[in-house]
Amino acid sequence: MPEVDVRLERVTKEFGDTVAVDDLSVDITEGEFFSMLGPSGCGKTTTLRMIGGFEDPTYGTVYLGGRDVTDDPPYRRDVNTVFQSYALFPHLNVFDNVAFGLRRKKVGKEEIQRRVQEVMHLVDLRGFGERKPGQMSGGQQQRVALARALVNSPKVLLLDEPLGALDLKLRKQMQLELKRIQQEVGITFIYVTHDQEEAMTMSDRLAVMRRGRIEQLGEPEEVYDNPATEFVAGFLGASNLLDGEIGSHQDGITTIKLSTGSTVLVPSDRMPPDVETQVKVGVRPEKITIRNDSEDLPAGYNSVSGLLRVATYIGVSHQYKIDGPGGTELTVYVQNLGAVTPPAPGEKVSLAWRPEHTFVVKPSASLSEEEEEE
Amino acid sequence: MSTVTEAPVAPAAATERPPARGTRRRWTYFVLPIYSAGVVLYLLIPIAVMILYSFNQSRSHLPQVTFNWQGFTTQWYKEWNQVPGLTPAFFLSLRLGISATLISTVIGTLLALALVRYRFVGKGVGEQVLFLNIAAPEIVLGSSLLGFFITINLSTGFVTLLISHVMFSVAYVAITVRARLSVFDPMLEQAAQDLGATPWATFRKVTLPLIAPGIMAGALMAFALSIDDFVTSNFVSGNVLTFPLWVYGAVKVGIPPQVFVLGTFIFSVGVLIAIMTLVNQGRRARQLAKPAKPARAG
Ligand SMILES: Nc1ncnc2c1ncn2[C@@H]1O[C@H](COP(=O)(O)OP(=O)(O)OP(=O)(O)O)[C@@H](O)[C@H]1O
Ligand SMILES: [Mg+2]
Repeated sequence: MPEVDVRLERVTKEFGDTVAVDDLSVDITEGEFFSMLGPSGCGKTTTLRMIGGFEDPTYGTVYLGGRDVTDDPPYRRDVNTVFQSYALFPHLNVFDNVAFGLRRKKVGKEEIQRRVQEVMHLVDLRGFGERKPGQMSGGQQQRVALARALVNSPKVLLLDEPLGALDLKLRKQMQLELKRIQQEVGITFIYVTHDQEEAMTMSDRLAVMRRGRIEQLGEPEEVYDNPATEFVAGFLGASNLLDGEIGSHQDGITTIKLSTGSTVLVPSDRMPPDVETQVKVGVRPEKITIRNDSEDLPAGYNSVSGLLRVATYIGVSHQYKIDGPGGTELTVYVQNLGAVTPPAPGEKVSLAWRPEHTFVVKPSASLSEEEEEE
Repeated sequence: MSTVTEAPVAPAAATERPPARGTRRRWTYFVLPIYSAGVVLYLLIPIAVMILYSFNQSRSHLPQVTFNWQGFTTQWYKEWNQVPGLTPAFFLSLRLGISATLISTVIGTLLALALVRYRFVGKGVGEQVLFLNIAAPEIVLGSSLLGFFITINLSTGFVTLLISHVMFSVAYVAITVRARLSVFDPMLEQAAQDLGATPWATFRKVTLPLIAPGIMAGALMAFALSIDDFVTSNFVSGNVLTFPLWVYGAVKVGIPPQVFVLGTFIFSVGVLIAIMTLVNQGRRARQLAKPAKPARAG
């Protein structure tokens, strides 16, 4: 049974009237790659800063390795941070920047040399030791920031959008690199990102945050296939949501009546426990098969019909925008197998998917309200 | 017209270039350099005069500065300490200047740190007082300080001089250091703490090196203010004579050439510091420009 490494217990952080983090509790286990994902201003950085010791929680307790560290200053916590703004020391060259933590711990000269070289190699910055941070590109600086934290092999590494400034290729490369380092060294990573794809590919578990709270926490597949709220469904990838009303339960199948009159079937064990009668029914775009309206529906599939409005060809797939029932816009991704002639805009189509690919969420308070806030 | 198939001898491309723009310069082009040269000259003339006449011979019985040229000599440099009273006054001023600089630099730096880093009651007032202190006429400060020392029964002398010099230097140090601190990214200190640096180590390894240029500038300013202060010193010196006070007293009877020698000395030290700073910066710039080569362990 892996130990709990970082525990936040009912932590709240207020800045004047703003509640940056709102009564948040989470347990992060040792060696886990844990991501926090959410829109700008939802409290990701603030949460990290409370773990690192740079922000005192207004309420609540922070534990590291089972010890209450709420009142400990940053330099007494075995945690290192990769800051969103890098915060490299401008007066020190790259080598001294990276060696800073080891020198504070009075590590021997040779060992410092060795470990710094090692980590510089790791982040692909060999030969840059003599440069000052001001003479490096944003991406290079970001890698120095990473090296400076990694070299200390802390128990927990906090990363605040550490790959934000990198180009796509380097970003992918560093994602793999980070994941490899994390598994090899067994450091607990707490990783903040805007990028849902990054969070999904790298994390053991991820938390989707909104307005200072965790909206949903779980393994990537679980959160993606089974979003708990309308917000999570919308934030993690495209999703198609239809208004509906819960009808009957029978033989482990729940029937949901859409507002347009047709019905959708959902396995009852996929129904969230706390919904009322008004719900939203959703399905991910890649789970849908698109077919001509005249074709027969495969047995047991859910389906809705609509008018194909836009077809986009992006090489690996076709993407379709469909005006669905009640004017909702639906998205469908179809892998480009090249076998069938794709439907053309203006055609009437029907969309079919399996009941077990359906998810049901409570309607959130309007999302537009969220946008106004930002 | 013939068709030329051979490559032309003269590079054809050159003739195809647009005509070179004339290098005709309007008179405004010269205004700024001439103006700058004029200002520099204006600033340097008094110093040049001082240095020049420190090498002038003097034929009078009691050697004193005369401004007609009587021939080159290094006599006054050899006899720099032969004027009774001047040498002790000079050393007193040095001692006073150095002490006042050290004390006001420490106080001023801490004050700047407090003003930038912390929010406290009276912070705004504190900042205004700094400017008031600089803006207030020295004659007012000097006379009121004297009144204050008499009231608290502190006999005037080196100590009162020191207190006064520190007082008028602190504001200058605080303002220069504060300017440096206000562009300092507080995240850097957090990063240091994150890497295990205690507050003291953070200050020594990160904060101090980054604000050092500001501290240095403040210290030089404090020293310059102290070494030639006359007005305030005149009030609070008691029977102690500083270099400026001695020179002022000597004006009535004639300035001995050694005053110019000592003046030249102070100026040279200043120039030396400036050059050292420049060289240091240049060396650092060259170091930075060095192409990065793989450093190897061991
Ligand atoms: N020092 C502060 N003083 C006042 N308000 C703050 C402070 N720091 C953060 N906030 C507020 O707290 C909220 C959460 O901020 P936080 O930096 O944690 O967001 P974030 O999720 O990291 O956003 P981003 O993705 O843009 O980095 C925001 O509304 C922000 O304005
Ligand atoms: Mg942030």
